[in-house]
Amino acid sequence: MRILALEFPPVSHLFDWPTIWFDGTPLAVNKTVLIYLAATAATMVLFGLAGRTRESLVPVGVQHVAESGVNFIENSVVMQTIGPDGKRFMPFLTSMFFFILFSNITEVIPFIQFPANSRMAIPITLALLVWVIYNVVGVKSQGVFGYLKNSLFPPGVPKVLYVIVTPIELVSTFVVRPFSLAIRLWANMVAGHLLLVTFAILTATLWDFFYVPAALPFLMLIAMTAFEILVSVLQAFIFTILTAVYIGGSMHPEH
Amino acid sequence: MLSLLAQTATGEFLEGLKAIGAGLGYGLAAVGPGVGIGLVVGNAISAMARQPESAGMVRTTMFLGIAFTEALALIGFVVFILLLP
Repeated sequence: MRILALEFPPVSHLFDWPTIWFDGTPLAVNKTVLIYLAATAATMVLFGLAGRTRESLVPVGVQHVAESGVNFIENSVVMQTIGPDGKRFMPFLTSMFFFILFSNITEVIPFIQFPANSRMAIPITLALLVWVIYNVVGVKSQGVFGYLKNSLFPPGVPKVLYVIVTPIELVSTFVVRPFSLAIRLWANMVAGHLLLVTFAILTATLWDFFYVPAALPFLMLIAMTAFEILVSVLQAFIFTILTAVYIGGSMHPEH
Repeated sequence: MLSLLAQTATGEFLEGLKAIGAGLGYGLAAVGPGVGIGLVVGNAISAMARQPESAGMVRTTMFLGIAFTEALALIGFVVFILLLP
């Protein structure tokens, strides 16, 4: 595709990677899968190493990173949204935060430069997992009837308005929530990747053509890289905090 | 105008319409969330300035508000990608 004399690759070309191993089987591995495996391994290694060292009371190195991550999730996610009885979801929320963070941050790591979450598979799987968890938690803590009543007929609404409110709540709680959760993560990563690719191509083209103006898109590329680091962390945080909000909403219904 | 339309090949014409629709769709979808995120962040900042001690709670809630508002713009972005020829 040529846009303004730039040789811009088609969008599918930026996100489809050729299979590396096990071609044609359901276990086919390409770059995206490798990034996910690396992100899983990184999360496991981080917490494995942090849990292993017991010599010093003062956390150093990896243990310090892991403990500040756990503290961050506990103080600014769980305590703010669920409350003290949400601490049993800490392992799930913390590992999910770090997994999403590690698979997002490959967007700006040199020579990888592809956010694995810009493919829909894992975001939608995580979102459906969250859907199952908050529904199970709701049914467990309020019973089937109570959970449906509290989520479909929110208290404090005039009786007549239930004609409008109930269908909206039905669609938004049980259908739209997982999809918006997945689309938020996926679309942010796609947009970030496209932005970085655009400025990289602009820089390369101008560099071939005439050296000096290439500095402008290159500065923009650096600024956008910094911005994408922020977006990677923020999207992992938002995915985790929305999960906590949904779980909190089904544990403690409004009265 | 009609004769001009008749001269254009139908396929090209449809491609052009699709491109216009995709661009306009994303642009229009970004208007509302832009105003919305501005409102959310502006009010969060004034809340933080009034009560700096509650800044942590306000910041968490602000990110939640941004996330919900931003979803609409992102749906516009998804439609843009789907419509792209």
